Amino acid sequence: MSGVFSPGRAEIKERTLRTDKWWLQPLATFGVLFSFVIYATFRAFEGAYYYADHLISPFYSPCLSEACVPEAVIGGFAPVSAQIFNFPLSPALIILIFPLGFRMTCYYYRKAYYRAFWMSPPACAVAEPHKKYTGETRQPLILQNAHRWFFYAGLVFNVILTYDAIISFKNKEGEWGHMSVGSLVLVFSTTMLWLYSLSCHTCRHTIGGRLKHFSKHPVRYKAWTTISKLNHSHALFAWISLFAVAFADIYVRQVAAGHWTNFYFF
Amino acid sequence: MARKVNLRIWRGDSNSGSLQNVEVDANEGEVVLDVIHRVQATQMGDLAVRWNCKAGKCGSCSMEINGKPRLACMTRMSSFEEGEEITVTPLRAFPVIKDLVTDVSFNYKKALEIPAYEHPADLGPGEARMEQIDVERSQEFRKCIECFLCQDTCHVIRDHEENKKSFAGPRFFIRVAELDMHPLDMLKNRKRTAQEEHGLGMCNITKCCTEVCPEHIRITDNAIIPMKERVVDVKYDPARWLGSKIRRREG
Repeated sequence: MSGVFSPGRAEIKERTLRTDKWWLQPLATFGVLFSFVIYATFRAFEGAYYYADHLISPFYSPCLSEACVPEAVIGGFAPVSAQIFNFPLSPALIILIFPLGFRMTCYYYRKAYYRAFWMSPPACAVAEPHKKYTGETRQPLILQNAHRWFFYAGLVFNVILTYDAIISFKNKEGEWGHMSVGSLVLVFSTTMLWLYSLSCHTCRHTIGGRLKHFSKHPVRYKAWTTISKLNHSHALFAWISLFAVAFADIYVRQVAAGHWTNFYFF
Repeated sequence: MARKVNLRIWRGDSNSGSLQNVEVDANEGEVVLDVIHRVQATQMGDLAVRWNCKAGKCGSCSMEINGKPRLACMTRMSSFEEGEEITVTPLRAFPVIKDLVTDVSFNYKKALEIPAYEHPADLGPGEARMEQIDVERSQEFRKCIECFLCQDTCHVIRDHEENKKSFAGPRFFIRVAELDMHPLDMLKNRKRTAQEEHGLGMCNITKCCTEVCPEHIRITDNAIIPMKERVVDVKYDPARWLGSKIRRREG
């Protein structure tokens, strides 16, 4: 017997006496994240329908494989073989580790999935089912400390996705100055990704949080203050950007597969 | 206007105990502590409850109300539905002494383990000068009233008694952060000891401490995560470590 049932503590047989619907939030988190993982896995392996009319899916950008459709490759840079051990390699599989790693090690998502998937704890003041707990002190969870490296990689991806969003302002003939629904979808998705990245705790630390003397660094202090305001909404940006990226991929896939028509405003 | 409310109050000691039902009047504007006092005055004369200021500033009346760590003096009776049964128990992370009173001495032992502020050797008494923007981060942490609700809800010790020896808990992580962010504190190894001795790495940032804090201190976002990032600077970031060796300075 341990935890809340340890000798000396108040003898109460229930694991929790909470009367509210404490299970609702972890259940919803589990449902949404699990659905996203299933969809993202399917799309990562599909290896098709990721480019149409100057729209490229964020799951496939940058497209670095020799197998990429030429229009999806930036500057002809596609150094990775189309196959690995004679098996076709989807271009998404080459790059997804970076955005995936950024989200997996994100301080907000850690809270979300430790609660929803690992039930450690499922909710506050609800006893967890595990007999032992070592937190993030050992492998593999000590790797959560690599969050800043994924953050840096995420910034590079954001720049590339911004380029993709700009390119989407071309029409089918490749002429500039046109805007479609797809342009708005990509702009929204990229904007949310920037807000998610900039509101990140690591960004806040890097910008100025690590300082001891704000007064000696007034510019960084100002930037830290701004990032701190964004940081209040980090969880919100985490969810919106997740949905936005998924929807951007769905949109591009449907257009590329011919199920939807990308409507041009002008 | 008074209304009848049904309370289940845990009564017992470290050997045994149980929830006991009691019906009591609750008047408009009252808080849970008022009702407990009425029970004590009219029905359970020997009910043990710790309290002091009745204003949410002393941190004495910490208990669990309907399973949530709360201050009894800050929990309004009007926050419960008409006819809702209210369950009141002692904090479940600490040994119980009697009824609603627990032994929180674990926290005082942990407080002693945190190295104190180290003043610059070249500054005498009264010579320290700091700018407001340099100390305002730490001032948020000074709002702590030591109710230990954050310690109570933290699953690292609540659900794992064996972790108590190696884990200081959120209350003391804000103390460490307060000192590490202090512009004049000269102690150099605070980040490493936070990780290696006070168990910062055990925290998996599920934010329960922040959720229960009656002073609304953003414990996780403003203390624990910044400290985790500072630990990464000195322990897990070779580029940062190298940079600090070359430039030999700290922000």
